[in-house]
Order: sequence, then structure tokens, then C-alpha cells
Amino acid sequence: MNAHTTPTTVPATVSAPRLAHSLSRILATATRVLRQLRHDPRSIALMLLVPCLMLFLLRYVFDGSPQTFDAIGASLLGIFPLITMFLITSIATLRERTSGTLERLLAMPLGKADLIAGYALAFGLLAVVQSALATGLAVWFLGLDVVGSAWLLLLVALLDALLGTALGLFVSAFAASEFQAVQFMPAVIFPQLLLCGLFTARDNMQPVLEGISNVLPMSYAVDGMNEVLRHTDVTADFLRDVLVVSACALLVLSLGAATLRRRTA
Amino acid sequence: MMNNPPEGTPAPAVHARSLTVVRGSRPVLRNLDFDVPPGQITGLLGPSGCGKSTLMRAVVGTQAKVTGTLDVLGRPAGHAALRSRIGYVTQAPSVYDDLTVRQNLDYFAAVLDPGRAAAERRRRHVSQALADVDLAAHAGDLAGRLSGGQRSRVSLAVALLGAPELLVLDEPTVGLDPVLRRDLWDLFHRIAAERGTTILVSSHVMDEAERCHRLLLLREGELLADDTPEALRRRNDTATVEDAFLHLVDTANALQETAR
Repeated sequence: MNAHTTPTTVPATVSAPRLAHSLSRILATATRVLRQLRHDPRSIALMLLVPCLMLFLLRYVFDGSPQTFDAIGASLLGIFPLITMFLITSIATLRERTSGTLERLLAMPLGKADLIAGYALAFGLLAVVQSALATGLAVWFLGLDVVGSAWLLLLVALLDALLGTALGLFVSAFAASEFQAVQFMPAVIFPQLLLCGLFTARDNMQPVLEGISNVLPMSYAVDGMNEVLRHTDVTADFLRDVLVVSACALLVLSLGAATLRRRTA
Repeated sequence: MMNNPPEGTPAPAVHARSLTVVRGSRPVLRNLDFDVPPGQITGLLGPSGCGKSTLMRAVVGTQAKVTGTLDVLGRPAGHAALRSRIGYVTQAPSVYDDLTVRQNLDYFAAVLDPGRAAAERRRRHVSQALADVDLAAHAGDLAGRLSGGQRSRVSLAVALLGAPELLVLDEPTVGLDPVLRRDLWDLFHRIAAERGTTILVSSHVMDEAERCHRLLLLREGELLADDTPEALRRRNDTATVEDAFLHLVDTANALQETAR
């Protein structure tokens, strides 16, 4: 029988190829997700162009008050990637669950973390393109007045996209249909949108609401954008915002991983 | 150990003792004892809702709330080491509709056998699987544009990747025309004979039962019979497995009536 315990040195030598295998499965998954999207050019166009169109509209809605455009525009650069990635991730993973491909994948030697990382990588790349287009348009063509570096704007946008991916993945576990998944957007995103400081500064809110806004991740996403807008260098508040958004994304991603079960009833 | 087979008999591919599965509060499978011999085609038959799919999911390791003994290829069902050794086809084809047939196979092959060093082997496995299910001419077509029968063959091709030791097929011939059904059963026999693969296949089409080496007849979560098609016909004194099955079901129903 093969019941003899293997020497403890073996796992150490095994872990290197295992890591390599894990990486190539992540890459294969990301490639697959992007290939799926490539067969759906309309979705890609919507994803990339709608944020640009909104910024364009906003610029001329606030034609008379460029300061308002600066504040709202920067906040929106953080909010767009979050919402888009939330939507496409929740629908994509829901489709994976209902089509039986998730069950098939989990019956194969694919780690749950590999699957999630593959999705995060694919949608992360997409978010980089989306954010680059929106930020470029806002800063160079619409005259968004950013004091700090555009690279920092891009960094926050990317983290926001990751947070959106994480939230979407988590929420898809509680949706039984695409219909329900779409309804989760107003439930999960709209309250954060109202409380994140987009409409009025958070310290002007009723204290209870301000307290709630302090624990919602989108508040930090928007704060981070506004820090870059107003300061030339990396501030302590900016670091805090970036850390909070990253930590939230990681936390929700691991919660999402826990909702992927190899064995189901 | 007591359960070890006598010298010379190969170990069973699937070994179940007092296997029970509960869904909600209802037992779906009750105290099943059976062995699936290696390298043969074992048919799992029974009316819809009798627990065929649940049994297959338990063997693959995706079913929750399984109690009793269930060993697959010498390890407890669901063991991580089994994941690359079992090919599984669900009832509804589980492939990506927005990928081409080849892209589907490429992805699942990369999950099963990752790494750049294996690229050549993967390419071979993909071509082999495409040829097995006779879809090489449709390799570049989107899975979502294929007919129902073609899509279920893509799903089957995914399960064939990497020559698994055990194939678990949940109603693979549903909705296929007679010619395709015959071709697929020829393929199953070829795979079992040439590659030594164990096949556990469910069906509710009784003429397919005649083509299995062994049959497990399931009714309301209990085993009615575990035998060869020939022995089933002989024991019940019937001309076909279908008649034997109906005879067994009627007897079981009558027993249940009188017990009431």
C-alpha cells in the first residue's frame, strides 16, 4: 500500500511546481475570460465608452462651475470602475454557476483561489484600460484640474475595480438568477453612492449617516481620488484610503472564495 | 482487510457500502452497497428522480451530505488526487457558449494539465478528444451556435481530455438521433476496451442497457438489482432488460402496497 508517510522534505520540493501550476491555471482562466469577452464586442464598447460619455456630459452640465466638475469628476473616476466591475463580475460568476461550468471546474484540479485570481486578473486588465481612457479624457481634454499625479488616480481606479470585482463575486452567491443579480446593484451600490461624499461632504451628514459612511469602502475610494485631486504628493490620508480599499477588496474576495463550494446539495 | 477482493480479482473502481445521501431532510439514496468493476461499462438505470444524478455526483465528489463508505479508484470520493483522474459529464452540457469548441477544450485542458512544458501534450489531447466525439470539423464554431446534440458532445469531449481512468456520464445520449447514439456507444466500448477506462453511465433508455457490461437498477434511492444484463433477463425470465426492469419495479411497488 502507499500508506507510508512521505518524508517531510518532499512537500518543499513539490511546492515550486505547484506554484507554477497555480500561476498557469490563473493565466489560463484570465485568458479564457478575456476570450469570452472578445466574442461580445458590444459589451466591451459599453464598458469602455459609457464612463467617457458620462464624464463628457458632466463637463458640460457644470459648464458654469468648473470646481464642481473637478470634485464630482474625480469622484466618478473612482466610482465607474467599481460599478462596472461589480456588474460584470456578478453576472459572469452567476453564469458560471448556473451553466454548470463552475461545478465542472471545481471537480477538476483547479484551486478556488486560482479561479478568483483569474477573474480578478482579467477584469483588472479591463479596468486599467477603462480607467486610462476615462482619466486621460478627463485630465487632458475636459480640463479636470488634478494637482497630484495621474498615475495615482489610475492606481486608485484599479483598486476600486478590484473592490467591485470582489463585491460582485460575493453577491453572485446570493443571486439565483441574472434578474436578482442586477437587483443587487441598487441594494449594494446605491447606498454607498449616496453616502460616499459625492453629493455632499461626509462631515455635513447627519452623524449616524456619517458613522455609516465611515465603514463603507466606497467612501475611501472617493476620498482617495479627492486626495490626489488636491495634493501634489502622497498624503497620509491617501495611504489610509488605499489601504482600506485594498484590505476591503481582499476581505470580500476571500469571503467570495468561501461561497464557492466543491460539494453542494 | 475484510473488504479486500480475493487474489486475482482487480480492485473495484467504485466501492460503496451503506452509502446514504440526504438532500434537505429527505434521504435520496438509502444504504447502497455495490461495486463498479474496472475497465467495464456499468449502466445506472432507473425512472427519473430515483437518485441517478445524485449517485453520480457523490462518486465525482460534488455532492454534499454523503455518509457511509464510498471509495473511488482506491481513495475516498472527492479526494483532491482524484480530480484529474475522473471525467464527468453533467446532464446539461456544461461548456462556455461564448467560446469556440476548441477554446473550450483548450481552457479545460490547461486546467487539467497546466504549464508551458505540457503544451504539446495538451494540443494532442485536444485533437484526440475532438476526433473522439467527431467534432473536428466544428472546432472553430462557437459552442452556443451548435445544435443541442453537438453541444453535449463538446461537454463529453471535455470529460475525455487527458484520458481519465473513470468516466462518469449523466445521460450523455439524451436528445441525440439514433445514428449518433450508436456512434457514441461504439465510442464508449472502444474507450473501455482500448484504454481500460471504467465507465459509469446513466440512462433511462432501456435499449442502451443491453449494451452495458453490468447494470445497477435504482428505484426511489434503493438498488433493485446489480447484475449483468443477461443474468437480469434470465433471472426474471424476460426477453429484454426493459421487461426485467418493469417486472422488478412492479414487484417492488406491490410489496410496498401490501406493507401499507
